[in-house]
Amino acid sequence: MSNKDKNEVETTGHSWDGIEEYNNPLPRWWLWTFYLCIVWAIGYSIAYPAWPLVKGATTGLLGYSTRAEVAADIQSFDDMNAAVEAELAAADITQIEPNSPLYDYATNAGAAVFRANCSQCHGSGAAGNVGYPNLLDNDWLWGGSIDEIAYTIKHGIRNETDDAHYSEMPRFGADELLEPEQIDQVVEFVLQISGSEFDTTLSSQGAVVFEENCSSCHAEDGTGDRDQGAPNLADAIWLYGGDRETIHETVTNARFGVMPAWGKRLSEAEVNAAAIYVHTRGGGE
Amino acid sequence: MSSTDNTPKLYKAREPIFPRRVSGVFRNLKWIIMILTLGVYYVSPWLRFDRGPKLPDQAILVDMANRRFFFFWIEIWPHEFYFIAGLLIMAGLGLFLFTSAAGRVWCGYACPQTVWTDLYILVERWIEGDRNARLRLHRQKKLDLRKVRLRLTKWFVWLLIGLATGGAWVFYFTDAPTLLVDLVTGNAHPVAYGTMAVLTATTFFFGGFAREQICIYACPWPRIQAAMMDEDTLVVGYRHWRGEPRGKLRKGEIDPNQGDCIDCMACVNVCPVGIDIRDGQQLECITCALCIDACDEVMDKIGKPRGLIDYMALKDEPMEIAGQPPRPIWKHILRPRTLMYTALWSAVGFGLVFALFIRSDIDMTVAPVRNPTYVTLSDGSIRNIYDVRLRNKLGDDRPFQMSVSGSDALSVEIEGGADQTVIVPADGTKLQRVYVVALPKSVPATSDRTPITMWVTDTTNNERASVGTVFNGKGK
Repeated sequence: MSNKDKNEVETTGHSWDGIEEYNNPLPRWWLWTFYLCIVWAIGYSIAYPAWPLVKGATTGLLGYSTRAEVAADIQSFDDMNAAVEAELAAADITQIEPNSPLYDYATNAGAAVFRANCSQCHGSGAAGNVGYPNLLDNDWLWGGSIDEIAYTIKHGIRNETDDAHYSEMPRFGADELLEPEQIDQVVEFVLQISGSEFDTTLSSQGAVVFEENCSSCHAEDGTGDRDQGAPNLADAIWLYGGDRETIHETVTNARFGVMPAWGKRLSEAEVNAAAIYVHTRGGGE
Repeated sequence: MSSTDNTPKLYKAREPIFPRRVSGVFRNLKWIIMILTLGVYYVSPWLRFDRGPKLPDQAILVDMANRRFFFFWIEIWPHEFYFIAGLLIMAGLGLFLFTSAAGRVWCGYACPQTVWTDLYILVERWIEGDRNARLRLHRQKKLDLRKVRLRLTKWFVWLLIGLATGGAWVFYFTDAPTLLVDLVTGNAHPVAYGTMAVLTATTFFFGGFAREQICIYACPWPRIQAAMMDEDTLVVGYRHWRGEPRGKLRKGEIDPNQGDCIDCMACVNVCPVGIDIRDGQQLECITCALCIDACDEVMDKIGKPRGLIDYMALKDEPMEIAGQPPRPIWKHILRPRTLMYTALWSAVGFGLVFALFIRSDIDMTVAPVRNPTYVTLSDGSIRNIYDVRLRNKLGDDRPFQMSVSGSDALSVEIEGGADQTVIVPADGTKLQRVYVVALPKSVPATSDRTPITMWVTDTTNNERASVGTVFNGKGK
């Protein structure tokens, strides 16, 4: 500033066709900041993974890796949850107070377990699919209380394990246990008790067929038997479909729905969490 | 690279500035503003405000952990962030208004960089003396005991101020008395210490060493504000038609051609950004107006009228050169531009106040579960599921009752509850799974979509809120 003439801007002295270049130099500390950044970059590339090699990259002196960091993160979360997981595994799940911290943990953990393990068949919204029960409604094949749900999750249905729920419906048509006319009749009867449109004549004949062949499992009024996993036929909910054709198919060839024993893969705490989660979806008893 | 006198320098070293002490109207104004702004900043977190047993009693609190902002009787929830956005818009418009009316008043008087730099210069003057003493100390090559002592004392006081600055900042984010005890006993969260360290360091560096470099090189606002200024804007200027040709005042000699400027350099010596205002408008100038005070002092002494350096509008310059008096200040300030900024500012302000008064203490959002859209129950009734987020903005747990209107065939059930009532915690939210059930074969059960209204009622005072949503039936 001292050698700056009044009202005259300093120029670099360069002149092209009378056009002069103003000299407005950068502050020097900018230059030093720039050098500092270079030094920092060199140090950084030595300390941390930086330079790509033919296979992989330099690992850096500090031995940092994002993968190890993630693993450590996961481990730290597991450690944090270890106490509550142990509590959940040991708890009597029918007695957990709703809205308690353990209950909140269980519903959230259960949601995660459900998404990862159950949603493939039962759907991400737990609404089920043809042949895979809807867990949101108030109809249960093997029971809808928390401990019954937990048992079903742990041991499964009709699988190779000894403790699994097991029952088998006879193949009334395929094994010629019933005449084709009898099947037509009993189908009309089932349509009647479930509140659908039906043929009066066939249905009254079907009532006899039902009592002789079906009522031992599905009960005389068709409301089913949870001990045998026999569905309630007198309600509005169908696992495979409630139209005439589908019921005919069910009676002829029977059904054999299978669910894995998740106790083999999931921890006790995870089974309990999933049971509590399923119980809170709307149909819990 | 050979260096000669002709070779231009590519990089410019900072030229140290040693502003001289000055007194006057604007200096006093700056002292008052400094006391007010720093006072508000340091004292605010210590004010208490009783909100009942379940809420914090700190008057101004940014509660990040619980996502609440408290300002005396006002409590802002995250979904009400538009209040903050509105305040920021008002701050922006206010800045536009002041800049278009009176130039860089923000920079000159209220900007933290200016206020803290001013404070640091004050400390510097107390310890090392006024401009000439500081210049001498700066030029003194030998590092004797006195220089070391003065420098260390100054830096120590600066550090203390920086520490207080960082310290005050963290008190806004948690209960101040508790945090103070924790800080002293070493039990505070590392984030608190880290924040304090960063703010201490930046205050120390920005206020003590970087100073005007921040305004000239780092701050974007000086670049933007030129757009708000025009020839009616009041800026600090030099009446060159009155001052030139300048010349030293010598006893007994009166040169009739000489202007009022006696070239005493007072305006340059007091300038905190190191410019000569007589060179005209410069981007470094933060319009702190200290040169006005300095020049007025000199004009008083030599018996000339004040105002050789003054706030003026550039529009008046030709008139004044022609010998006419300048127009009154209010004529410059009241113009469409400033009126428009004022109108916008007021409109946003009124909107915010209005929104503040109509907001309710009970609130909910309803998210219908679409996976699946409906569930058939055993008896053939149709159920829809809704994830309802209930908000209780008062300081005690309250029972909220859910109900639905839109069809007589509909009823409400609560997941995990025997009746329709949910207890929502004080100053909190609750995510509740709510079921709406339509009777078998009823109109909503057999239609595709039925518009319904979900209601939540506080059973203690019957305040209620509603949200319109849709019930999905089986369709035909």
